[in-house]
Amino acid sequence: MNAPAPIEQKRTSVWEMYRSIVGIGAFCALLIVSVYQGTAGRIADNKARFLSNAIAQVLPDVQSTVEVSLDANGVLVAATEPASLPAFLAYGEDGELVGAVITAQAMGYADNVTVLYSYSFDLQAIVGFMVLETKETPGLGDKVETEPHFLANFEALDARLNEEGTALANAIVTVKQGEKTEPWQIDGITGATITSEAIGVIMHQGSSYWLPALERDARSFQPPSGPLDE
Amino acid sequence: MALKQVSSTDEFIKGLWRDNPVFIHMLGLCPALAVSNTAINALAMGAATTFVLLMAGLSVSLLRNFIPREARIVSYICIIATFVTCVDYAIMAISIELHRALGAFIALIVVNCLILGRSEAFASKHNPGRALLDALGMGVGFTGALFFIGVMREVLGSGTLFGVGLFPDGFQTWTVMVLPSGGFFAMAIWLLVVNWIRQRQADAEKQAVEQAGKAAS
Amino acid sequence: MGKLVKHLEIGSSPHVSDGASTDVIMRNVFFALLPVTVFAVYAFGTGAALVIIVATASCVLTEHWLCRWTGKPSTVGDWSIAITGLLYGLTLPPDLPLWMVFVGGVFGVAIGKFMFGGLGMNAFNPALVGRAFLQAAFPQAMTHWSAPFAEGRFEHIPSSVLAMPFWEPTYDAVTSATPLALMKFEAEFAGGRELMAGLTSGSVGETCGALILLGGIYLVARNMMNWRIPASIFATVAAVTWAFQLYDPATYPGPVFMLFSGGLMLGAVFMATDMVASPITNAGCWLYGVLIGVLVVAIRFWGGMPEGVMYAILLANAVSPHIDNLIQPRVFGTGRRAG
Repeated sequence: MNAPAPIEQKRTSVWEMYRSIVGIGAFCALLIVSVYQGTAGRIADNKARFLSNAIAQVLPDVQSTVEVSLDANGVLVAATEPASLPAFLAYGEDGELVGAVITAQAMGYADNVTVLYSYSFDLQAIVGFMVLETKETPGLGDKVETEPHFLANFEALDARLNEEGTALANAIVTVKQGEKTEPWQIDGITGATITSEAIGVIMHQGSSYWLPALERDARSFQPPSGPLDE
Repeated sequence: MALKQVSSTDEFIKGLWRDNPVFIHMLGLCPALAVSNTAINALAMGAATTFVLLMAGLSVSLLRNFIPREARIVSYICIIATFVTCVDYAIMAISIELHRALGAFIALIVVNCLILGRSEAFASKHNPGRALLDALGMGVGFTGALFFIGVMREVLGSGTLFGVGLFPDGFQTWTVMVLPSGGFFAMAIWLLVVNWIRQRQADAEKQAVEQAGKAAS
Repeated sequence: MGKLVKHLEIGSSPHVSDGASTDVIMRNVFFALLPVTVFAVYAFGTGAALVIIVATASCVLTEHWLCRWTGKPSTVGDWSIAITGLLYGLTLPPDLPLWMVFVGGVFGVAIGKFMFGGLGMNAFNPALVGRAFLQAAFPQAMTHWSAPFAEGRFEHIPSSVLAMPFWEPTYDAVTSATPLALMKFEAEFAGGRELMAGLTSGSVGETCGALILLGGIYLVARNMMNWRIPASIFATVAAVTWAFQLYDPATYPGPVFMLFSGGLMLGAVFMATDMVASPITNAGCWLYGVLIGVLVVAIRFWGGMPEGVMYAILLANAVSPHIDNLIQPRVFGTGRRAG
């Protein structure tokens, strides 16, 4: 292990080693903590603004939102801590329920695609859509963010539940471009087949998970301290 | 250590061209290739790295007699990681969008060999003023190199510069340039240019020496 | 093998010279490609003709410029670069803008061939390097296929072909799905006869399997191509596909479809057999073919893209020096068990 040093060197005492490492460690810890304290407020603001901008884009009349989650029995409860794929109940100016905003993700062509979409309780339909994160091929897969005829799918995408209210009445699927015949079908994009099909899968999975509980519980749901102000 | 007396301006200048970290020493290539897909990302990455370089250089230089030789690498890494964490928070506080675009590469500044290399090779042997000048030169050189790569990739790959459209409608974007492989292509093309210029400079110097020799004889 | 290798002649024994130099071989490859080319122009019209001409010209010009610029003796005269250009043109969609054809040709020759040292030194097939670059750079244009035997294909030039340099093409007709895209996204399998006769859409020179085979047989008959490579690719693809079809005939097409669809024929006969980028020993050629065959089937069945021949060949090119390392020919005069 210890190769003989060619030149006699001053041996560093253990005390010196501890002194320097502990000293540098303490200094670094202090610095990180103070920078964290100094920026935490702005970071939280930025994150909230980013999310509320996104929500405003899929559901324009929102005044406030409450993050919700499903408990072990599948009952809708207020979320105790932010989820990685959160869902929100959205309230309007007078505190009335205007809809729900759901995030969901699934595998696209290159990587996971994460989308944010809004559900209207009045229309029982998906009424807004936005891609939060994608690494799809520029020019092909990322057409799902820009292609007008594709985005038009989400002006009113039928998401009714079956009579028992346990599942979607009709599975949301992506069909070939120009072959949409039913209101619950998504008109796909030629040249972005895999990504547009992935969007259909995402919407179906997200809706199947959230909508039965939302339809059952959301109207009677009492936000923990009234709708949060923003 | 018998060092040549180097002027302080030269300490700064050398990082820009003669010892450019990306184009000459090929250091820090991971961020140089990964986050140079737009000019703004390249500048942000360059600025973050320059800040870490400056702070790490300053700290290491100030503490150079305090840090024992045996514990130097762990100390340097600790210092660098601290400043990277600070930069990470700062960018998040400035813009979440920028933070998302740079992704994991901010955290990876820690292992950018450019920073550890300058701390070890330069800052630990020089006074704080020199260390800062060296770090600034290296940082500006690194940022410049990233910027050149970023401009080429953004203009060809997206038809924009700083997000502003450069061309009328219908410009055919070169998708490959915003993909990872585009980083290698852009880097290679700039290396070609840099090496070509260096070759010409070397040739010109050689000729000048030869002519001087002829004149003398 | 003529002057393929610069410093050291490498090849498996016996080293008998039959007098065939690079230009003789290349002239014969040209004859073998002639029917495919003529059919391509007949099927796709003026667009295909222009694409082939510009592809060849871009490769030849790049080679010429680079030879002059680096002060090397020009290798344009031996036809090899013209064949590269012709092959490159045959792999492109028939309505690709000419400026993209040109860019890909320059890239393929400069990066795929010259950067490795020019003729005889390239690790990858330059024609496929050019095509792979275009596929990554312009994925939309590279997946736009015009239908074959369109009305008036000889009277006018498709407007997309004449797109301004650096500008997006505008297309006269909507893209028509290739047989492989139909298989991948619609689970529809085209018939073997249709594929062999070249009645489907696809790259300029890949549609007519029968004519490509004919060219291959000509080259093999003249002893100017290692028949083991295409034979091994065909056998592997057929065997693997057959096994999958047996398992689930609704999802997986049969061997005939896989052999005659997409670029497999063209790739196996004319691309994989590139003398420089393929292994030297016969055993190595068999292994190389098996590797390509497995990769093609894997990419077609499970990859994101419908076609995988190009990537399969490029990947196999990359490992072919290692295959040569793995399979050392027995030193003449020594026993089978080295002793």
